[in-house]
Amino acid sequence: MTPTPAPLTRRDAADAAAPDWQAGGFGVYVHWPFCLAKCPYCDFNSHVSREVDQDAWRVALLAEMRAARELTGPRRARSMFFGGGTPSLMPPATVAALIEEADRLWGFEAGAEITLEANPTSIEAENFRGYASGGVNRVSMGAQALNDADLKKLGRMHSAAEARAAFDVARAAFARVSFDLIYARQDQTPAQWQAELAEALAMAIDHLSLYQLTIEAGTRFGDLHARGRLRGLPTDDRAAEMYEITQGLTEAAGLPAYEISNHARPGAESRHNLVYWRYGDYAGIGPGAHGRITTPQGRLATETRRAPAAWLSHVGAQGHDLKTEAVAPEDQAVEYLMMCLRLVEGADLARHARLAGAPIAEARIAPLAAEGLVVRDGDRLRATARGRALLDHVLRELLV
Amino acid sequence: MTELSRIRNFSIVAHIDHGKSTLADRLIQITGGLTDREMKEQVLDSMELERERGITIKAQTVRLNYTAQDGNDYVLNLIDTPGHVDFAYEVSRSMRAVEGSLLVVDASQGVEAQTLANVYQAIDANHEIVPVLNKIDLPAAEPDRVKEQIEDVIGIDASEAVLISAKSGLGIPDVLEAIVNRLPAPTGDREAPLKAMLVDSWYDAYLGVVVLVRIRDGVLKKGDKIRMMSTKADYQVDRVGVFSPVMKDWPELGPGELGFLTASIKQVRDTRVGDTITHEKRPCAQMLPGFKPSIPVVFCGLFPVDANDFEDMREAIEKLALNDASFTYEMETSAALGFGFRCGFLGLLHLEVIRDRLEREYDIDLVTTAPSVVYRLQMRDGTVRELHNPADMPDLTHVEEIEEPWIKATILVPDDYLGAVLKLCEERRGQQRDLTYAGSRAMVVYDLPLNEVVFDFYDRLKSVTKGYASFDYQIEGYRAENLVKMQILVNDEPVDALSTMVHRDRAEMRGRAMCEKLKELIPPHMFKVPIQAAIGGRVIARETIRAMRKDVTAKCYGGDVTRKRKLLEKQKAGKKKMRQFGKVDIPQEAFINALKMDG
Repeated sequence: MTPTPAPLTRRDAADAAAPDWQAGGFGVYVHWPFCLAKCPYCDFNSHVSREVDQDAWRVALLAEMRAARELTGPRRARSMFFGGGTPSLMPPATVAALIEEADRLWGFEAGAEITLEANPTSIEAENFRGYASGGVNRVSMGAQALNDADLKKLGRMHSAAEARAAFDVARAAFARVSFDLIYARQDQTPAQWQAELAEALAMAIDHLSLYQLTIEAGTRFGDLHARGRLRGLPTDDRAAEMYEITQGLTEAAGLPAYEISNHARPGAESRHNLVYWRYGDYAGIGPGAHGRITTPQGRLATETRRAPAAWLSHVGAQGHDLKTEAVAPEDQAVEYLMMCLRLVEGADLARHARLAGAPIAEARIAPLAAEGLVVRDGDRLRATARGRALLDHVLRELLV
Repeated sequence: MTELSRIRNFSIVAHIDHGKSTLADRLIQITGGLTDREMKEQVLDSMELERERGITIKAQTVRLNYTAQDGNDYVLNLIDTPGHVDFAYEVSRSMRAVEGSLLVVDASQGVEAQTLANVYQAIDANHEIVPVLNKIDLPAAEPDRVKEQIEDVIGIDASEAVLISAKSGLGIPDVLEAIVNRLPAPTGDREAPLKAMLVDSWYDAYLGVVVLVRIRDGVLKKGDKIRMMSTKADYQVDRVGVFSPVMKDWPELGPGELGFLTASIKQVRDTRVGDTITHEKRPCAQMLPGFKPSIPVVFCGLFPVDANDFEDMREAIEKLALNDASFTYEMETSAALGFGFRCGFLGLLHLEVIRDRLEREYDIDLVTTAPSVVYRLQMRDGTVRELHNPADMPDLTHVEEIEEPWIKATILVPDDYLGAVLKLCEERRGQQRDLTYAGSRAMVVYDLPLNEVVFDFYDRLKSVTKGYASFDYQIEGYRAENLVKMQILVNDEPVDALSTMVHRDRAEMRGRAMCEKLKELIPPHMFKVPIQAAIGGRVIARETIRAMRKDVTAKCYGGDVTRKRKLLEKQKAGKKKMRQFGKVDIPQEAFINALKMDG
């Protein structure tokens, strides 16, 4: 099954009687924590493990999915997403079984999007047909760079040529293919990035994720950086310049930004990620996965143990490892604004006020609007292009 | 009362971590000063802050009963002393209250700087010194090398050093025997008029002011009418006692003894460290030498970040002042900061200790303005004014001359670091008075302007000498100098809390350094923030904080929501620690740190 995505509709006035999450929809996230190697920039929950008991993992993920269904009650899923780690190391049969079970538990909306993150190596590309026949209709490929020297610096195991080959296999197997690049890398100049991005846009089908390299604590880059040994990182001004180049080039190519780091042809936005950014509900399955699930008792945050072995043994013992915690409405209001302002479409202030119990003080919005960082249009609050580049500042001014 | 020959009074001199507190605990334990239940780790350092900073601010004392191998019962009084130059005077008084010192040195680390600074104080006080090598059971211990080092560096005989492990208790009996056999007994005349030194005092919520005294001559009893010789104030003694180390009433204190008295004294400032206490009816003829009233030398403004905290802050300051006579305060208003207090301190460490206590114990966030010394203004109309705050500098046309306090600084330093010390003193407008040698150690005496010393001189000295220098100073008087008021403008607006007085010749350098420092300390804003140093409207230094162009989390998906929300909550707390000047947020620590120079 390869459903085509339905066009997006703007959800301006959510029905006040409907639970808040319905304004964002519901998606299912499955975390596969294993990688062949740990990349030096990655702070995701990933682990290098040579031997994975595939049967045990399939059974455990299915079990936890059923436990999540107990929390959500009946509802339709708009999307499903296999993230990691490296989910393209999953056996296609496991992926197919999880999709089938999700369909049985919730049922998919028409045009549901089922994405799998893939590394662009030839070995993994061999599985693409299998994933597609199991129901995956979109892949997101971690290309990260388009030249071998930089791929090596980023600790990637594929070459640029291999990535292109895998990309060709992917576009034959899936209707929708996105890929990721990282910019503001060591020793990268704005001119180099501009050329690389132009190349990427020529390859792109309908979606690109373009991330500024972020040095995270607890990664190898983080350690090197803390010791002053990570040289050649661009200055903030340089990085800002690259961000601006990115905005201009993608827009001219017909894949404008719809989120801080995500670009798509109109209608080809990632429906699963929109669930997060529109602050819908999502079930998080697998080690270290997070969820937001609205229950009759209110909205819950769910979280599982990060360590794969610990997660597996807990699911084995009690059927799931979902730890839940209530999210107070005022905290939901913060989370909503934090996520929704990442989108070009912006946030619905009426929805925010319903969660917060009171509207945001005009005195917080007015100075940001005067500086050209946000635009107010009735109940809609949007961050401008400049405002999105400074979104953390905007959020502090609005919320702190 | 105890016979003089059966009393030994001593202090312990040691570098941080060399085991002073552990040794003290062992001595208390082995002599039965505390039951096991009462025995808490490191009894003597009681304040949380003291522990954290590894310094002792208040002198503390304990009386130990010990039956020596000669069969006699002895009373051993241990006094623990403060260890920072801000409190140098307090240290010198404590040292003069005892006759000997244990010099505790880590048997693997050897002699370190702080040891030196304190051991010279002990030598100055004519102490008999018993070297004690601690941590002798560690594999890295090198007792012979360290003994040699003690002899070379300090110049005292270490051949009979006592070898111990305070942690395991090894050698502790030998320490007690050495105290009895090698330290001198005190001297004094029981029949003479009472002459006692006020070693320290502190406020106790139940007892009022508690005074730690060392009796030289005469006898002190409950009910006695006493007189403080410097203030001529009279009191009736309510209680007399000793520290075991808990306070314990005692019938009387005689010559050579250390103990406490209470006398319905309301405020610590009525008791002056180093003062002589005598009887009202039969006073002694002369005060003990060396008394000097403590005078604050560093002033700064303390303002609550949240104006609503002002009343709480007043209450907290009053409480702290009850227990600290060397700290002064008066109300102040600032155009930018609102209501607060102008406070006086013994030095920058003292300032930081008080500020930390206000923030921590009373939970008040503070802005501390640029510290300043007290300047003297000779006005054209013939009057003299004191200037505690550069922001109050009057119109220059009315000022004939500006004078600043100078100090005489004495620095002891191993030869290897002499060059660095001389360079530092010259950079700080110092004038060399004297340079002599004692073994491989140089003694340098410099005249220095106090305002070049108060902020960070001691820190710099420690850093350029790897901690091996000791430093002491006294105020010598005022000198007229070519001083100017330097203003700092942030985003074109003068920030009075950052105004400082500087020497004209040093103004450019100082201004540049402050602008550079502030550029690091003030976070970037949406707009460019110029920082300028100006003298009388003329800009002498300038830096610009670039406008922030990008500040956004690149990736934020379902798994990042909780973490990101919690980060925002944390930033809420961070924002409380900023103060807005015009459109610019300045972090509260910037006001002091802007003045600290890296080199």
